Amino acid sequence: MTKVRVSMEVNEQMRDAQIEPRMLLVSFLREELGLTGTHVGCETTNCGACTVLLDGRGVKSCTVLALQAEGKKVTTIEGIGTAENLNPIQLAFWEKHGLQCGFCTPGMILASYELLEVDPDPDEKAIREALSGNLCRCTGYVNIIKSVKYAAKLRKKGVRGMKKGAA
Amino acid sequence: MNPKPFEYHAPKSVAEASSLAEKYGTDAKFLAGGQSLIPLMKLRLLSPSHLIDLGRIPGLSYIRDEGHDLAIGALVRMGEIARSDLVRRHCPILSQCAHQIADPLVRNMGTIGGNLSHADPTNDMPAVMVAAGASIVAASGGGSRVIPAGDFFVDTFTTALKGTEVLVEVKVPIGPTRRGAYLKLERQAGDFGIVGVAAVLEMSSDGRCAAAGIALTGVGPTVVKAARAGEILKGAKPDKNVIDRASRAAAEEAQPSGDLRGSAEYKRAMVETMTARAIQAAVRRQAER
Repeated sequence: MTKVRVSMEVNEQMRDAQIEPRMLLVSFLREELGLTGTHVGCETTNCGACTVLLDGRGVKSCTVLALQAEGKKVTTIEGIGTAENLNPIQLAFWEKHGLQCGFCTPGMILASYELLEVDPDPDEKAIREALSGNLCRCTGYVNIIKSVKYAAKLRKKGVRGMKKGAA
Repeated sequence: MNPKPFEYHAPKSVAEASSLAEKYGTDAKFLAGGQSLIPLMKLRLLSPSHLIDLGRIPGLSYIRDEGHDLAIGALVRMGEIARSDLVRRHCPILSQCAHQIADPLVRNMGTIGGNLSHADPTNDMPAVMVAAGASIVAASGGGSRVIPAGDFFVDTFTTALKGTEVLVEVKVPIGPTRRGAYLKLERQAGDFGIVGVAAVLEMSSDGRCAAAGIALTGVGPTVVKAARAGEILKGAKPDKNVIDRASRAAAEEAQPSGDLRGSAEYKRAMVETMTARAIQAAVRRQAER
């Protein structure tokens, strides 16, 4: 099958590649660009581990063709913070034990990112609704919700960076 | 799993999309948001040789108040409908339905045009369209035509669209005397419903229903219009007795079959309960504007 060119902005960098049309966005990110922070969980549009932002909106990248992102802006977990300069949502998940095994975390954080962009001070109902497409198999939902509430506070204060005392 | 290989086409106009569909016939499928099609292709239940992506056609993404109708372009995402103030104000049943479809991430990709064209009997939006008496605008290279929603859903995954036609717009009637509600019974958040009921009432000033549309999700080969339930409501005051009779009629009109989500008997019983609740919710709702 002939390959086609796809180009999009990933984490504020223009990226392009020759791909098979059937390539999924998640495969493009992980296999073409090496951005393995986006996880592949269920592969059936259920779990949300593969959540990325497409033009600012959360989508399940296992159910989007890379070609559907042509000319658009994609943000992955690598694009919102680094180990030295964590995003407030990442800090909050750390602080409030919002993760156990961590597999669902990139998706949880990006879905939370979209929520907090639209609603900087969400109540619990809004958080539960926004995360209803993301599954945590460790069932750590209570701490995840606490983390998002705390992230809203940190964002307001503009707190970023490293957790104190972290290696 | 990846879909099987296919050739990808990204037409820039409806006419171009239509002529590609004509050229490739049944080897081709239209792609909108892909939230139904891509899972089917990944499971290899569908393996079209040609995929015609409608996503890059400009001018199909709008929500407009046209006085008697709300006009919605085919590429409007379910999330946009769920978030739209215009929709909430003029057609709350549509926002209520959009909020109950899948989850917010799927709604950020899935489009109204794709949802309706896919015609899955468990998709929620068809029932709202049928109950509201919406019109569906289909276009091809040769022009366009309007199909009443009641005639659009022919069978499971089958619509009245010809192979070369693209769903380009839906028109949902709105007005100060219309009230509607969509209720869905589901096992878990984001799942397909066990049963869904759309009720749209046209209220006259004396508190009677001048007209009523009731349509059911998940209890037939395609969306089921509960015509007798609508007839019972028409001209009547929607009191408990009338609502009970209409709900029983809807349950009788349902054509459920048993599956993982429940037995046929259970679904029929739930149609009755949910229809009563949907009518009550519609009656309670403030005028749509």
